[in-house]
Amino acid sequence: MSTKPTQLHGFDVERIKKQFPALNSQVNGKPISFLDSAASAQKPDAVIEAMAKVQREHYANVHRGLYKYSQDTTTAFEQARHTVATFLNANSDNETIFTRNATEAINLVAASWGAENLTSDDEIILTVLEHHANIVPWHMLREKIGFKIKVVPICDDGAIDLDAYQKLLTDKVKFVGLTHMSNAMGTILPVKQMTEMAKAFGATVLIDASQAVVHMDVDVQNVDCDFLCFTGHKLYGPTGIGVLWAREDVLNNMRPYQGGGEMIEKVSFEEITYKDAPARFEAGTPAIVEAIGLGAAIDWLGQFDTADIQAHERDILDYAIQEMQKINGVTLYGPDDRASILSFNIDGVHPHDAGTIFDQMGVAVRAGHHCAQPLMQALNVSSTIRASFAIYNARNDVDRLIEAVNKVKKLFC
Amino acid sequence: MTKKYTIADLKEVFALMDDWEDRYRFLIELGEALPLMPVELKTEATEVRGCTAQVWMVLLPNNDNKVDFRADSDAQIVRGLIGVLYSIYQGQSLNEVSSIDIDGIFEDLGLSGHISPNRRSGFFSMVERLKTLSMA
Repeated sequence: MSTKPTQLHGFDVERIKKQFPALNSQVNGKPISFLDSAASAQKPDAVIEAMAKVQREHYANVHRGLYKYSQDTTTAFEQARHTVATFLNANSDNETIFTRNATEAINLVAASWGAENLTSDDEIILTVLEHHANIVPWHMLREKIGFKIKVVPICDDGAIDLDAYQKLLTDKVKFVGLTHMSNAMGTILPVKQMTEMAKAFGATVLIDASQAVVHMDVDVQNVDCDFLCFTGHKLYGPTGIGVLWAREDVLNNMRPYQGGGEMIEKVSFEEITYKDAPARFEAGTPAIVEAIGLGAAIDWLGQFDTADIQAHERDILDYAIQEMQKINGVTLYGPDDRASILSFNIDGVHPHDAGTIFDQMGVAVRAGHHCAQPLMQALNVSSTIRASFAIYNARNDVDRLIEAVNKVKKLFC
Repeated sequence: MTKKYTIADLKEVFALMDDWEDRYRFLIELGEALPLMPVELKTEATEVRGCTAQVWMVLLPNNDNKVDFRADSDAQIVRGLIGVLYSIYQGQSLNEVSSIDIDGIFEDLGLSGHISPNRRSGFFSMVERLKTLSMA
């Protein structure tokens, strides 16, 4: 059982948890231990209130009205864009496109940049750690164009195999798509180094930072990639809002992804001219309230020092690994260099069965392939149980997880 | 193939159990008591696409218009839920299948969480598959 106090590294976890109303409810008569934040995180009051405020006080469409409500909402919406740009250390707000989620951001890049720049003679590289969101759009484009997809494998411990990556890089490689952090195992990829390696061959690099932005600083200028995306709902923000980052010259040389209102300069039935980014890629009324909610989430997270968050989450992960290793017949997946995710299996127990029993005990985890079937094949499993930790989790959540694992073993083994 | 429990038996047994652990233990036993589904019947055609657990289901042909099905899963709780379905549907006349109030029965058994909110799950697909097969 945990002996450490919950107040660690300069912040009080219990106080943080109180700011998340959904974490103070009960499941099956027990308080919830929410260990599925890698799928979608809970929302703090600050986000819920920011979204309610705009709708209660001055809601209107953005970029259109001459009246005060529209101007106030436009200001809040563009302030959210500025918050995102600062969060990523972008050079300009114009480098930040609001999308529906990371999936849409990657589909945008594939459909717009990919369709214009890739040919049947080219090769692209993805890693076996990718979420389906960074596999399927490229597969769909390959069906149209016919380029080759090469896959970077992992080492036995689950770390990315950099030697194999180096060997896959050739002059034919025009694009490299990398997750910054595996959603299924927590593996952190050395994206700065991998981007530099790709650039040596002139390849364009996209980073899926959906998991990473929650747990570490992500600086687009430092990584020096071409595209970077993340989703809002894993970052304690709302669903329906994501971000694509790219430099202005890159964006303004790309064809629009979708057509509609707000993204055009002039329209006639003979000719249409498009606005520059970000409007170029934001056809139609955007997710106004959600964008403002995302800005509020980033502001909320900004009150903490990233190093403190990392130390806190690492402490929980290390404690979970240590306690899990004491149980016979449990297989853990993932290398040392990872963040906040514990993927495991209990010998002889289907993850679906384990997840159902965990739920009875008020412990919410994900059981399945985590939208990463190629990785499951590489690990030679059909699925795993994934406990993922966030800023509001504490060692007592791990204690309840361990208790649930022991109960499952009692019931099934 | 005779049934071990009728649906009335199940309701009685579940009503006696106030502990969720006992209910799940019983479900697991129910799954273990299911007639075996021969491995050659577990094909792509009989697989019911779900999310996490694998499920196969097939309706065996017979002459008296009664439901005679075999199903299996690689997850024990899902196999137990198949056991519940077995108690409900096995031996019923084919044209009665779609009129059975499956949601109500699961509600009575305290298992509604496994069926109601998760209409996209493999388990619900299994009920739909059974209805489709019985109408074919």
